[in-house]
Formats: sequence, structure tokens, C-alpha cells
Amino acid sequence: MIEFSGVTKVYGSTTVVDDVTAQLPKGGITSIIGPNGAGKSTLLSMIARLIPCDRGTVLVDGLDVARTSGETLARRLSILRQDNHMTARLTVHDLVAFGRYPYSRGRITADDQAHIGRALGYLGLNDLGDRFLDELSGGQRQRAFVAMVLCQDTDYMLFDEPLNNLDIRHAVGMMKLLGNAARDFGKTVVVVLHDVNFASCYSNHIIVMRDGKLFLQGSPREIIRSETLEQTYGCPFEVQELGGNRIAVYYT
Amino acid sequence: MLPLCISHGDLVKLFVIALLATTALAVASLFVGVSEISFFALLSGESNEKMLLVLGESRIPRTAALILAGAGMAVAGTIMQLLSRNRFVEPSTAGTVESASLGMLAVLLLAPDLPVMMKMLVAALFALAGTALFLGILRRVPLRSPVLVPLVGLMLGGVINACTTFFAYRYDLMQAMGAWTSGDFSAVLRGRYEVLWLALALTAAAYFAADRFTVAGMGKDFSTNLGLDYRKVVALGLLIVSMVTASVVVTAGILPFIGLIVPNLVSMAMGDRLRHTLPWVALSGAVLVLLCDTIGRVINAPYEIPVGSMLGIIGSIFFLSMLLRRRSRAA
Repeated sequence: MIEFSGVTKVYGSTTVVDDVTAQLPKGGITSIIGPNGAGKSTLLSMIARLIPCDRGTVLVDGLDVARTSGETLARRLSILRQDNHMTARLTVHDLVAFGRYPYSRGRITADDQAHIGRALGYLGLNDLGDRFLDELSGGQRQRAFVAMVLCQDTDYMLFDEPLNNLDIRHAVGMMKLLGNAARDFGKTVVVVLHDVNFASCYSNHIIVMRDGKLFLQGSPREIIRSETLEQTYGCPFEVQELGGNRIAVYYT
Repeated sequence: MLPLCISHGDLVKLFVIALLATTALAVASLFVGVSEISFFALLSGESNEKMLLVLGESRIPRTAALILAGAGMAVAGTIMQLLSRNRFVEPSTAGTVESASLGMLAVLLLAPDLPVMMKMLVAALFALAGTALFLGILRRVPLRSPVLVPLVGLMLGGVINACTTFFAYRYDLMQAMGAWTSGDFSAVLRGRYEVLWLALALTAAAYFAADRFTVAGMGKDFSTNLGLDYRKVVALGLLIVSMVTASVVVTAGILPFIGLIVPNLVSMAMGDRLRHTLPWVALSGAVLVLLCDTIGRVINAPYEIPVGSMLGIIGSIFFLSMLLRRRSRAA
């Protein structure tokens, strides 16, 4: 379980994340939604100890992320941020192989090799293994980064906007993949999403952030409603039930 | 450029061939110079005492120094490029070399009788401070264009150089300074270059930490995610870069651009997975410096063109073409 209490981040005079307390259930997909500047990405980065909290604590399976060694955490929790600009020139295979770094420190074992092959296969990257990242399209690169995180094989996997750069087919494929990882392998997936309908269709739990604060949380059925979405984003929504999912319509 | 489908085994074979070719080049460089030394005379045992003296006191140390300095500077450049995450950075575009040079001047002014090893350590300390300052500036001032990063480094280097020149001028040390600001191996003799073996030891240390540097090159967030202590790796990298640079500046002077040319070419051909590429970086650096020095000895014989000037010409052309290439790709 991921628990955080009183988590706060202040940049200058703006409080980006303001005293947020919540528990994320173990297993399943938890989505964090909310308007731009709501503090979603900052919260996710603080959970993954990429940004230190100014106040408050984050516990992952009872381990305080600020005090636990990086090595121990890297075998329990992984994160992929958005906009991963990489100057190091690596092949897809090498990048994914570095997902095993917390276990093997660069000396790849047969077990690691199996993980690498599986991760490449899941994301349909088998043919691209020898290509350099800078020779790929944005979507292929995004899939390579996700493959690296899968290869890290942690109980908790955090993604900031994993659907960035993906076309519709790959976006759906990615959400299904995360759903499978949660269901079949008991992983806990936390994603920051912009598309409320993906959050609606694939999440077990949704957290809504607004102005740096935790605004609401609950099941998709409780959150994806026109009133709550209108309050969250400040524009009109119409929510309809389609094929057992709640779909928000906001295009016009 | 190497084909990408090449297998690891082939790559190892290729490396052995390259290593042999480099050895041949190194041996050839032993016989280039004003004083005549004949390969065949040496083989047939008809060598005279003078030949052996020149060989042992000057030629062999010089060739060894060229190889050590070239390999060291190329590896230092690779590490700097990964840590700063910028392809244009190397010790001479990041204030490292200028800081080492200021350190040398400080030693010359305050404690001229220090042994070479101590001189090197003082220069290394200055280089460390200068490079840390450069990385600190980069962290505080986010630069939108990658081209601006070396400009900041060159400006920082310029400011440090101005200080050095000021003091050198005031204390009438301009000429002495000239000796180490332009890289030149003609004064390398036995007993005056051994500090460079330390550069080799550091290069070897870099190889053992190769995977760490590669992960650090993926950025701070990726490193943290993979459980790597990013700050420790940066500190280790800075230490290696400063010591290597200082040992080269102390023995031969400034060797510009090797750390720029070699890492970029190797990266283009085979990427940045240092565990595979670092031996190539070291070897290519050694070859480039050996070649430049040997050519410098030949084209204007019996006079010499310092290797620093040769590298400056080749390196600046390479640097400009890199900048232009980057711009045309961005446009």
C-alpha cells in the first residue's frame, strides 16, 4: 500500500501540492486526474522520491521513501515521467536491459534476459531491439520507456501521462497492458491521465486533484459524473453510460 | 561508421585489430624525429649508445605520454558529456582546463618547488572546483538550446583564463604559462610524464563504473528510479575528469577538442553504452593524439608543430560542423 500524509510542495510563493493525505489501495489501477497545474505530476514525483517533500511523509509498504535506500526502493517502485529527453544514445534493448539494473548492477543474468525479452514482447518492440532511441518515432520511444519500467518488475509502477505520443490503437493497447499487469501479476499501477474516459474505463480507483489539493477520490462510478467533472475542470460535461462504462462527452 | 548489425564477438575481434594497428602506429612514432633512429639498426644490434639514449629518455616516454593523454582526455570528455547531458561539452569547453591552468599558475607563484605529483593535485583541485561551478551554473540556469551550454562553458573558461593571464602578466610569467597552455609533447622526457600513468588508472576506474555513468547519462530521474545515487556518480565523474585533465595539463599542456571529437564519433557509430564503447573511446583518443603529434613532427621538419595547434585546427572544424549539423536538423 502507498500511504502519504500531509504531503506538501512549495515553489517560491506557490504551493503546488498542499497538504495531501491519502492511501492508494494495493493492486489495480489508480488514476490521478485534474486540470493543468493541479499538482498531479508533482504528487506522483514525490511518491517516487524524485522530488523531496517540503512537508509530510510517503510510505510504500511501510517504507519511508525519504529514508529508505534507493536500491531497495528501486526493486519495489518504479516511475516513468513524461517528456523523457535522453541525450545518451542507447538501443531499445540496452534501455530495457537497464530496467534490470536494480537487480544485476549491469551484469545481465539469464533471468534478466528473460525479463528483457518479455518486456520487449509485451510492447511489440521485438523488431526494434537494435535500433537507437533517437531513430524512433515518439510513440515507439514512449513504448520503449514503458518496456524498461515493466522490465524493472516492481510491485508499484507509476506513470505520468503514459499515453503521451501514442495513437489511439497504442493508447488502448497501453491501458490494456497496464490492466493486465495489475490483474494477472498483482501489480499496483498509478497513472496520471489527462483523458478522463481512459480513467473511467480502466481505473479501479480515481483521485481528483484541484489547486494542489486532493479534491475527491472514489470509484469511476462515483467520480465520473457531470457535476464532479464540471467542478473539477470548470467546463460543461455530459456523462453517458456506454457498454457498461461511463463516458464523458465534453467536445462541444 | 560501423554497421549496426555487427555482433559482439565481431566487435571484440575488430577491437583487437584496432589495438594492433595502434601499436604499429605507436612503434612508428618512435622513429619520427630530428635525431635519426633506425628500426633495422636496433633490430640488428648495430645501434649506438646515443640511439638508445634518445629512445629511452625521449621517444618512448613521449609516445607513452601521447597514448595516455589521448586516451584519458577522450574518456574524460565522454564522462562529461554524459553527466552534463550535452554533446558539446568537454574539459576545454567547460572551464575545466582553464581552471587546471589557473591552478598551475597558483603553484608556480606560491610554491614553485612542489613535486610534479603535488602540482598535479593542486591543478586537479582547481579543475574540480571549476567544473563543479560549471555544472552548478547549468543546474541553476536552465538553457533551452543545447548549443548554449558550451557557450556558457567557453565564457566561464574565458573569465578564468583572464584571471590567469592577469596574474601571469603581473608576475612576469606569461612565457612560462605559454608552455602549458598550448599542448606540446616535445618537452616530455623520462621522469617528467609519469604522473600520466595516474590518468590511465583513472581511466580504468571509469571503466569499472561504466554502467553507472551510462545510467547517470539517462538523467537524474532515471538514475533515481533505478536506485542509483546520482550525486555520488556525478562526484566520481568530476573527480576522474579533473584528475585526468590536471595530469595532462601538468605534463603536456592543453589538448583541446579530443574530448569532443572522439566521444561524438564513437557515440554516432556505436552508441553510449559505456561498457561496450569506453575501450573504443580510449583507443581512438590515443590514435588521434598520436597521429596529430606524428604529423606535427613530420610536415615542418626539423621544426615541430605542437599537437595542441594540430588538434585546435581539426577540432574547431569538427566543432563547427557539429554546430551547423545540429542547426540544420533543428530547422
